[in-house]
Amino acid sequence: MRSIQFTAFGVAGALAVAGLAGCADKAESTASTGGPITVEAGDTSCAVSRTEVPAGQHTFTVSNSGGKVTEFYVYGAGDRVMGEVENVAPGLSREFKVELPPGTYQTACKPGMVGDGIRAAFTVTGSAQPVQLDAALAGAAENYQQYVRSQTTALLDSTGEFVAAVKAGDVAKAKELYPVARTYWERIEPVAEIFGDLDPKIDGRADVVDEGMEFTGYHRLEKDLWTTGDISKDGPIADQLLADVKEIVAKANAEQLTPLQLANGAKDLLDEVASSKITGEEERYSHTDLWDFSANVEGSKAAVAALRPALEQRAPDLVKTLDEEFANVTSALEQHRSGDGWAGQDTLSQAELKKLSDAVNALAEPISQIAGVVAGK
Amino acid sequence: MALAGAGAAGVAGVAGGAGALAYAATHAQPSTDAATGAVPFYGEHQAGIVTPAQDRLHFVAFDVLTRDRERLADLLRQWTAAAARMTAGRDAGAIGAVNGIPQAPPDDTGEALGLPPSELTVTVGFGPGLFRDDAGRDRFGLAARRPPALADLPRFAGDALRPEISGGDLCIQACANDPQVAVHAIRNLARIGMGVVGVRWSQLGFGRTSSTSRGQSTPRNLFGFKDGTANLKAEDTGLLREQLWVQPGDGPDWMAGGSYLVTRKIRMTVETWDRSALAEQEAVIGRTKGVGAPIGRAGEFDEPDFDATGEDGQPLIPADSHVRLAHPDLNGGARLLRRGYNFVDGSDGLGRLDAGLFFMAYQRDPRRQFVPVQTRLSRDDAMNEYVRHVSSAVFACPPGVRDAGDFLGSGLFA
Repeated sequence: MRSIQFTAFGVAGALAVAGLAGCADKAESTASTGGPITVEAGDTSCAVSRTEVPAGQHTFTVSNSGGKVTEFYVYGAGDRVMGEVENVAPGLSREFKVELPPGTYQTACKPGMVGDGIRAAFTVTGSAQPVQLDAALAGAAENYQQYVRSQTTALLDSTGEFVAAVKAGDVAKAKELYPVARTYWERIEPVAEIFGDLDPKIDGRADVVDEGMEFTGYHRLEKDLWTTGDISKDGPIADQLLADVKEIVAKANAEQLTPLQLANGAKDLLDEVASSKITGEEERYSHTDLWDFSANVEGSKAAVAALRPALEQRAPDLVKTLDEEFANVTSALEQHRSGDGWAGQDTLSQAELKKLSDAVNALAEPISQIAGVVAGK
Repeated sequence: MALAGAGAAGVAGVAGGAGALAYAATHAQPSTDAATGAVPFYGEHQAGIVTPAQDRLHFVAFDVLTRDRERLADLLRQWTAAAARMTAGRDAGAIGAVNGIPQAPPDDTGEALGLPPSELTVTVGFGPGLFRDDAGRDRFGLAARRPPALADLPRFAGDALRPEISGGDLCIQACANDPQVAVHAIRNLARIGMGVVGVRWSQLGFGRTSSTSRGQSTPRNLFGFKDGTANLKAEDTGLLREQLWVQPGDGPDWMAGGSYLVTRKIRMTVETWDRSALAEQEAVIGRTKGVGAPIGRAGEFDEPDFDATGEDGQPLIPADSHVRLAHPDLNGGARLLRRGYNFVDGSDGLGRLDAGLFFMAYQRDPRRQFVPVQTRLSRDDAMNEYVRHVSSAVFACPPGVRDAGDFLGSGLFA
């Protein structure tokens, strides 16, 4: 899989050159009113039907012609998610709409949902207006909310599949689906944590019993799957999980997040990594902590990317540091890839865990400065 | 090595110092401000070496994570600024623990608010790994500037070193009379360093186990013996020049005025020690447990008589006693400035105290001082039955920071 480095241009990118006259007539016919942009996503390919469009709203139709579950993203500078579809199963086709201001973007298919994806440049033409700070902050919340919606959609789907496997008594399949379903949960966990009572029902660990709660949710099923392997009585637990997830998804989609909540959410996700993933506390039975680790970092990155236009105006040096440290964490984690997933937390040496911990701390410190920048002055 | 030099003669030290007073003018240390309890930060040498040993220690060794030389130099600038502030009793950052905007984390962690400077000193050193990594690569273009005296320590007989608490590319020693002040300093410096360095290991210490000034009484280590009777003292100006401070021409210029630090974490098996007879304990050390006099003499600072024999014809001070083996006369005159601390890291799960001495010794050249002394001790010292060396490190501590425009290690990065 390729990993393409690209320079971070702002949304108001100066490279939005409209002067490619040869494309003009074609582009006009498919502008805001035109037909969808099609994406053929294979296991090793990502064919996007057009790579230059005029500014405005566009529809992407993503067809998975490969054998792995895939994702498709349109990224702005700093991997700001402009639009995406998650969890596209082989043979399926999904559609999404996205409003694109002039600028340079990247498209990415992620077969197997791993890594940076198969990337290509994507240009949106037209003349850009400078982004006002207020608009940048409002846009941040909107951008992240759209990300949350895409994740919750995939969360519902993947949890549904996991629950179905549990209820069918298919231990092997349930074990395979478990970390995938949790990926979507872990990416947006701070949003879920806003809903205090639901979060422990869905994601609480055995310790919740001490607080007088019943032990339900993902980790209860995790325990049964990985300790006794007996899930014959877990049907009601599985049903409860899906019902709780549905409820939290509805609430999360309706929630209006503030830029400050985004900033704190980005930090909270890394604190999650530092306090319960590196230690193996979270996935104590399955040891799939590195799946959560990766998802937490991705979620944090999405929140930071949403804030990027505002941060570039107020704290360009911080943006540079964040880019470097995100890249460091990602490359440190990549050492522990195993197939389309991750090595078990329990297979890492203390020295390897320390390296990850150092990288997370190095990222979390500058991320903790974002809230001050957003709120400041 | 726990008590290296414990038996070395105080008298010899006095004589050497007196003979070399001529050097005093250029090597005097500014003294602590009695009103505020602040140790001056700027000066020819780093504070925290001959500064009268404070009661508490927090020591930390870091691995450098960055490959960017400028980021590393910038960290040293930031550490210097923060150390200057904290040793003066102020917050680590310019804004402080409680004065920033509510939505941002404070630039000081706050646990030292309201506490006086407590004679805090912050001393920084560079480990061999800063010059070349384990694979031999010149990490920051500094390999040619590595001082020959900053040699990796040899393996000593009986070493039971644990790599995860040994070595390090950088170290910071924070000493203070209040443990909260020392911990606050290390915590804030480690935080400032995140991303550039990562903590490799750290050690808390209490009860200074040596005196670095004649104004101090000799403290006791966890064996119950006075420790540091014959230590180099701040007042021994000429001896310090000869034994402690790196002189121009010793190696690369950037180290002139600095000193080399060897740290050894020495676990004591205190339970078995406590079951041994008083006579055996004294024979192991070579001194009395009460006043700390060399066996056969009366006063703590009396010169040991290694030729004296008892009625049985055997030496009064046994051949394998710590005092005899560590004495400068047996080690080419080698002396050390020790400023170790006792430690108790709880218990070890088998009900034994995880306790001992965190040994620290400053010197002009470890190859001629610590290494030969420890080589002798590791082979023959009767004390080896009761101690185990579990951590080891060596650092080059550059000279002091001249003024606010200078920074720790500026000579190395110039």
